[in-house]
Amino acid sequence: MSVDSILILVALTNLMLLAYSRLGASIRVTAAQGILLGLLPLVASPHAGWHAALIAVGSMALKGVVFPRLMFRALREAKVQREIEPFVGYNVSLLIGVAALAVSIWIGQQLPVPGATISSLVVPVAMFSILVGLFLIISRKKAVNQVLGFLVLENGVYTFGVGLIQHTSLLVELGVLLDVFVAVFVMGIIIFHISREFDHIDTDALSSLKD
Amino acid sequence: MIFALVLIPTLAGLAAFLIRPDGPRRGLLMTTAVVQAALTVAAWIVRPAPVFGGWLALDALGLLFLGIISTLFLAAAFYAVGYLRHEEHQVERDFEEGFLFANAPEAVFTGCMLLFLASMTLVTVSQHFGLLWVAVEATTLASASLIYFHRHHRSLEAAWKYLLICSVGIALALLGTFFLAVSSAPAGEEAMPLLLGDLVRHAREFHAPWLKAAFLLLLVGYGTKMGLAPMHTWLPDAHSESPSVVSALLSGAVLNCAFLGILRAFQVCAAAGLAEFAQELLVGFGLFSMAVAAVFIFGQNDYKRMLAYSSVEHMGILALGVGLGGVATFGAMFHAINHSLTKAMLFLVAGNILAAYRTKISANVRGVARVLPVSGALWIAGFLAITGSPPFGAFLSEFTILRGALEQHRATVAVAYLALLAVIFIGMATPVLRMAQGEAVNAPQDRGGREARLSVVPAMALGAVVLLLGLWIPQGLTNVLQEAARALSKGF
Repeated sequence: MSVDSILILVALTNLMLLAYSRLGASIRVTAAQGILLGLLPLVASPHAGWHAALIAVGSMALKGVVFPRLMFRALREAKVQREIEPFVGYNVSLLIGVAALAVSIWIGQQLPVPGATISSLVVPVAMFSILVGLFLIISRKKAVNQVLGFLVLENGVYTFGVGLIQHTSLLVELGVLLDVFVAVFVMGIIIFHISREFDHIDTDALSSLKD
Repeated sequence: MIFALVLIPTLAGLAAFLIRPDGPRRGLLMTTAVVQAALTVAAWIVRPAPVFGGWLALDALGLLFLGIISTLFLAAAFYAVGYLRHEEHQVERDFEEGFLFANAPEAVFTGCMLLFLASMTLVTVSQHFGLLWVAVEATTLASASLIYFHRHHRSLEAAWKYLLICSVGIALALLGTFFLAVSSAPAGEEAMPLLLGDLVRHAREFHAPWLKAAFLLLLVGYGTKMGLAPMHTWLPDAHSESPSVVSALLSGAVLNCAFLGILRAFQVCAAAGLAEFAQELLVGFGLFSMAVAAVFIFGQNDYKRMLAYSSVEHMGILALGVGLGGVATFGAMFHAINHSLTKAMLFLVAGNILAAYRTKISANVRGVARVLPVSGALWIAGFLAITGSPPFGAFLSEFTILRGALEQHRATVAVAYLALLAVIFIGMATPVLRMAQGEAVNAPQDRGGREARLSVVPAMALGAVVLLLGLWIPQGLTNVLQEAARALSKGF
């Protein structure tokens, strides 16, 4: 598999996330996206050494196995299957997704990368993931979907890092991974409490605090 | 020594999760706070050498913010022990809606508080942008469970918003960090390691459009955490729903940590000759934050939310001060100290008022000065200090920022700044003075004017320092402030 095909698959997973209403399917797609991105550094520089391999395996295990398990557990606790009435419907979401893709490609052309890069698709695909992640957080009500949006956003930033910066240090990458892990873990705990407190995980019920 | 500063609270935090009996765990909290403060004082006297290949070091900026954090944590730790004793009973009645709720286990609370301290310390000593990001995100994660101490739906909502909004904001800051790395790469070559010193030295050769984009993303990302409008929306909720001691730490310490992230990015921009671009952005965000705060402080009927919006205002003042440059940068550095100490003191006092009156609506609180004489006096003193009245420290720092604006011949900025300060003064004066004066109507029991020592002494100590800073600034502090301001104007 080449770098470009991985990046194109990542873009496709983003579009799938916009179209799916079943939360279980969304979790699986996000997991697949995480595994694809974990492969990216290995494919891009196959002889990078043990530390790159370690990070890749760690992030694949985390995003492909641990996070989906946490999310599925949250689903079981909350007894929900699908997002029925998002703030923005699925057809409109897809249209917005296509528009976001166009914007991302335009941004990619506006920002020529000065340094070395593994593919010309890195900036557009990273931007696309970031925009889709932000859109999912805003437009979906279920707390699980918002966490998935955060993960997609994080994946976009990660794509950018892997694609454009060859030598990030081991410590920082481990730190970032650890932070994302703890973030999702804490979000999972809070989702559990939300479902116990409200008997559902619609975040639009979280609206008693305002001015 | 830098290792000790980070490791001691980390280990203490992990230990706190495991210690069963309350007494030793509270002792551990206080001991760690005292040790941390002592180490900080030692670092102020003899600047510790950089460790770990220059990744961890204390420059003037780091030292300044470390000082603020350690001082606040010392006050907060002692207050927290009194607070936890008071909160020991298992189930409580919510005073707003009347339902029953429990508290989070005390071990989790204490452990998270100590880990929170460790992550904030790591922010101040990080010289590497990646590590800085990891540390700032860690402060969010450690504090989210502190906000959800009272297990009910409002604090749950506050914790969720805090976690989600700040995590998204900080993800953008990570993107900004990567942009910074890209901007540092000469054409066709690889990026350099993101050490502050190296970046500042080579900043002139950086790719300007990428560096500008990087600064913008870092400003928006860390600005979310700092509470700059319009990214401040999590702040009033988190501050009003968390226990007051946590609000004090959030407002006085975390916001400053995020500010430090922005200042680091600013240093690189200044060294690259892009200071003007960055300054205009900071002035804009600063004035806008002050304006938003002024709008929401006026007619705010929840006194903890009022204090939270006041934090938005002061973060705006800090951004404005650095944005104006020159003498105003010095003012902003000094103001960071004044604001943190005063705001923490106000939140601690607000906690006492809340415990006695069991309401957050300022209209329902009357006669604090009579029911809680010490807290009442501190409440008024704190109000005067935070609104920049003489003889408190904030007067000097806000005046210095004004002088900076006038020296740059930016009359519009100066007028807007003064007008907003005046509006906020009036907006805060009405509820604060009303709460302090009059006959107590709603206080559950008259305690004969006695208050628990642990609930007032920390606030008194903070208030005393703010008063002292208004009258006399020690030479050592002036030196560090000047060094920090120089680092921001030249980039090193």
